[in-house]
Amino acid sequence: MEIPHTVTARPDTGLYNAKLAIWLFLASEVMLFGGLFSAYVFLRMGADDGYWPHGLLDVPIGTLNTFILVSSSITIVLAWASLKMRQWARHKLYLGITIALGVLFLCIKLGYEYPAKFKHFGVFIKKDSWSKYEDYLGNDHLKEAGLPPRPEISGHLHEVEIDATDADRPLLDNLIKRRDLVVLKSEEDGKRLTLKVNSPSDAEALRNALGAITNPEEQDPAKVQRKEPGVKMVAFEMALDEVNADPKNPKFDYPSFILRGLTEKTATIHAEDVDWWSAFYPKHSAYFAVYFLITGLHGLHVLGGIVVFTYFFFFGHKIYRRNPEQQANRIEVVGLYWHFVDLVWIFVFPIFYLL
Amino acid sequence: MATAEITHEHHDHDHGHGHDDHHELAFWEKYIFSQDHKVIGIQYAITGLAFLFLGFCLMMLMRWNLAYPGTPVPYIGKFLQAFFNFGGSHVFTDKDGVPGVLTAEGYNTFGAMHGTIMVFFGVVPVAVAAFGNFVMPLQVGAPDMAFPKLNMASYWTFFVSCVIMMSSFFVAGGAAKSGWTSYAPLSVITDNGQHFFSGQTVWLLGMVFNITGSLLGSINTIATAIQLRAPGLTWMRLPFFVWTQLVTAFLLLLAFPPLEAAGFMQLMDRAFDTSFFMPTGLIVNGHLTQWNGGGSPLLWQHLFWFLAHPEVYVLILPAIGMVAEIIANNTRKPLYGYKAMVGGIFVLGFLSFVVWAHHMYMTGMGTKVAGFFQTTTVMISIPSVILVTALLLSLWGGSIRFTTPMLFATAFLPMFGIGGLTGIPLAFNAVDLYLHDTYYVIGHFHYVVAPGTIFAIFAGVYYWFPKATGRMMNDALGKLHFWLSLIFINGIFFPMFIQGMAGVHRRWFDGGIQYEQIITPVIYWNKFMSVSAFLLGAVQFVFIFNFFASIWRGRKVPNDNPWDATTLEWDTPTPPPHGNFIKEIVVYRGPYEYSVPGADKDFTPQSEPPKAEKLPTTAPIGVTPAPAH
Repeated sequence: MEIPHTVTARPDTGLYNAKLAIWLFLASEVMLFGGLFSAYVFLRMGADDGYWPHGLLDVPIGTLNTFILVSSSITIVLAWASLKMRQWARHKLYLGITIALGVLFLCIKLGYEYPAKFKHFGVFIKKDSWSKYEDYLGNDHLKEAGLPPRPEISGHLHEVEIDATDADRPLLDNLIKRRDLVVLKSEEDGKRLTLKVNSPSDAEALRNALGAITNPEEQDPAKVQRKEPGVKMVAFEMALDEVNADPKNPKFDYPSFILRGLTEKTATIHAEDVDWWSAFYPKHSAYFAVYFLITGLHGLHVLGGIVVFTYFFFFGHKIYRRNPEQQANRIEVVGLYWHFVDLVWIFVFPIFYLL
Repeated sequence: MATAEITHEHHDHDHGHGHDDHHELAFWEKYIFSQDHKVIGIQYAITGLAFLFLGFCLMMLMRWNLAYPGTPVPYIGKFLQAFFNFGGSHVFTDKDGVPGVLTAEGYNTFGAMHGTIMVFFGVVPVAVAAFGNFVMPLQVGAPDMAFPKLNMASYWTFFVSCVIMMSSFFVAGGAAKSGWTSYAPLSVITDNGQHFFSGQTVWLLGMVFNITGSLLGSINTIATAIQLRAPGLTWMRLPFFVWTQLVTAFLLLLAFPPLEAAGFMQLMDRAFDTSFFMPTGLIVNGHLTQWNGGGSPLLWQHLFWFLAHPEVYVLILPAIGMVAEIIANNTRKPLYGYKAMVGGIFVLGFLSFVVWAHHMYMTGMGTKVAGFFQTTTVMISIPSVILVTALLLSLWGGSIRFTTPMLFATAFLPMFGIGGLTGIPLAFNAVDLYLHDTYYVIGHFHYVVAPGTIFAIFAGVYYWFPKATGRMMNDALGKLHFWLSLIFINGIFFPMFIQGMAGVHRRWFDGGIQYEQIITPVIYWNKFMSVSAFLLGAVQFVFIFNFFASIWRGRKVPNDNPWDATTLEWDTPTPPPHGNFIKEIVVYRGPYEYSVPGADKDFTPQSEPPKAEKLPTTAPIGVTPAPAH
C-alpha cells in the first residue's frame, strides 16, 4: 500500500499532503493564539483604570529577541533553498544557525527575562490608603495631569514583618532554616518577627506553607474549603523602583521603552493597607497571567521547532540520500511552522512590550 | 454475484506483484497500535460506544434520584457506593444504614460527567472519529488516511484523555462537578487548594488531551478528503457523508483551539492562582478568596461557547451525513437537492461560528450583543431546514426498504425536527430568559443529540457493520431494538418540554421536591421519565447482544455489496484488507445513481464505467438502444 501525494504535489490542488496538513495545523494554531489574544483584549478592556501595568518589560531585550527570531526565519528559508539546490553542507550550516538562534531566544527568555520578573515584587495599595503612600504613588499629581492612577508600589523585597502564633512555631522555624532567612528582630516573645528574605518567593512560602484548611471535614462542595493563613504579614520593607521613588516626576507619567531601574530608596508598607501583594508571577495580575501564558506557550512552540530541527540536523541525511525532495519538503513544512511561531512573536512583542 | 467474482479475480492478480506491505504484522501492530484507518475507526467505535453506555448509566443514576429522592439505589447501591466513594469522595451515602443514596455532590458530579462523557467521549468519537475513519477514506477511494501514523497518534491521545478523565472519579473530592460547561468562577473554586489533582483539574487535563487528539484527527480527515480522492471523484461526486465529515473536521479544527486556550487559562487559575476568570473581590462563604481578581467569568463563557456551539454541529452533521447515505440507499433514489445540501452544510458550518452567545442571554452581556446573536441564530435555522427538507423530500416517491438502518434513519427526521423546532423559541432573547435553565432546554438539545444523533449512529452501525465484519446484524433484533428505543426515548424527553414550560429548573436535585408547591402539576412526570430511561437502558442490551452475537454468528454477507449501494466503500473486499482496494478505482459518476432509467439494475456503482464508452458509435447516447448483455 502506498499513500499517494506524500512527496509530489497532487495536480489539481498543487499541494503534497504534508503541506496541506501544516497549513491546516497553522489554521488551528491561529485559532489557539487567537483565543489567547482575545483573552488579552477582553482582560485589558475590562481592567480598572491604572490596573493594566505598563513599562514592566525590557524593550531592548525584547527587540533583540525579535531580531533573533526574524533572523532564524531567514536562515531556515536559506536552509530550505540549499536543499532545493542539493547543497547538503550549506543546508546543514543554515539549519545549525537556525537552531542556535532558537536556543539563544529561549536562553534570553528563560535565563534573563523570566527570572528578573520572579525577583521583582509588587504591592497593590487599597484605594482608601492611597493618600498614606502618596510619596510613592503620586496619585494627586497624576490626577492633576488627568492620567490614570497608580495603585502599585514595586521593587525588590528585603524584609517582612510577620505575626506568628505558637502553633505555627515549629513550621516557621523549619521554614526559616530551610530558606536561609535571617531573623532581624524578635518582639513579643517571638510572636512578631522581622525576617530578611532573599527573594519574594520566601514571602510566598511564608504565606502558603502555613496555610491551613478551615473546614477539612466539609463535604458540601458549595462550602468551599479555603486557606486560613497561620502567619500574618504585618509589613514589607522594599527597595523602590524609580517610578515609586520619585512618583511626581513628569518623566514617569508615561511608560518608557527603557526599563526603569531600582533605587536605593526603601519604603515600609503595612499589610493592612495592601489589597494584594505578589512577585511578578502569573498571579500578580491579569497582565502577567496573560503575559506568562502567551509567552510560555510561544516558548513551547519555539522549543518544539528546535527539537524537530535538531532531529533533522542529525538524522535528516538518511532520507536526503534516499529522496532529497522529501527532505526538502520536510524542511519546508517545519519551516512554515517556524515562520508561524515567528509571526506569533511579531504580535506578542508589541502588545506586551510596547502598547 | 458478479461484483464479488470480479474483485476476487483482481485480488489474485494483484497478489502476483508482491507488494512490500504484505508482510505479516504482529498482533499488537495489527489490532492495538494499528495504523490502518479501519482498525482505528473500530477502536474509536468501541471506545466511544462504551462511553455512551457509561454516560447513559450515570444519567440513569441521576434519574433514579429525581424519581425516588433519598432512596437507595436498589440491588447495586452497595457496590456503587464502594466504587464511587473509593477515592475519598462523597458521591453516595447511607440512609438508615442502607448504602447507595446519591448525594447532592454526587448528583452534580454525575451531571457534569454525563455531559462531558456524552459529548466529548461518546458522540464525537463515534460519529466523527469512528465513522469518519472507517467510512470516509473508503468513500473517497483512498488506500488509507493521508497520515496513518498521525491517525494512530490521535486515537492514542484520545485514549490517554479517556484514562485521565476516568481517573478523575477516584481523586480526592471526586470528579468535576461544575457542569460540563465548567463555568468559572464555580469551577475554579471547587475543590481548590487541598490537592493539586482535584476533579476539575483532572477534567481540564483530560480535555486538553481530548482536544489535541481531535485536532490531529481533523487535520487528517481534511487532508484525506482533499488529497486522496480517487481519480474522477470530483467535488460534486463526493458522497454527502464525506462532505459532512469535511465540514465537521473544519469545525473541530477551528473551534476547538479557543477552548484549549481557555482550558490552559482555567488550569492556571486553579494551579497557579491566576485570575483569568476570577472577578475582583470575589467572596465565597463570607471569606475573600485568595485570587487577586481582575479577571472575567464571562471570558470563560465566550471561549467555551465559541467551541461548544460549533460542537453542536459537530454532533449533528455526521449524523445527517449517515442518514443521507442510508436514505438514498433504501429509497433507491438519488438525494433530493444534493447541491443545496452541500451548500447548506457550508452555510451551517460558517454560521455556527457566529451564534455562540445565544447560550449566554442570561449573563447580562447587553441587549445589542444579544440582538446580534438572536439574528444569527434565526439565520442558522435556514440551512438546517434545507437539510431536513431535502432528506424528507428524498423519501418522496421512493420504494422504501424498511431495513433496520432505514428505520433509524427515518426516525431521525421527525426526532431531529422536534429538536430543531423547539430550539427556535430559545433563539429569541425574551423567550429564552424564561426557558433558559429549565428542562425545556434539556429536552430541546437531547432531542437533537439523543434520538437525533444517537439514532443516526445506530443506523450507521447497522448499515456499515457488514462491511466491517463480513456479517449482517440480526434484523428482527434490530427492529425490536428500534421500536422499543423509539418509544422509550420519547418517554424520557418529551415530558421535559412540559416540565420545562412549567418552570422546572434543570439543575434541581431530588427531582425538585423542595419546590414541590411550585411544580406540583408536573412533578409526577419524573417517575414516568425515569422509568422510560431504565427501560431504554434495558433495551440497549438487545443491541449489545445483537452486536456481539453477529460478529461471530451473524449471517454472512452474500457479497461485497449487500445493500446494493453505489458508493465506493462497497467496492472493497469484505472486510477490506489493509490498503483497502484491490483494483484500480476510477470514478465515473455521481454518488447516488439509483434507479437510473434505462440502466440494467436499480443501482450503478460510482466505479462502473459508462456504457457509452464501450459503444463504437457516434450516435447521441439517448438514441442508442441499450446493448443486450
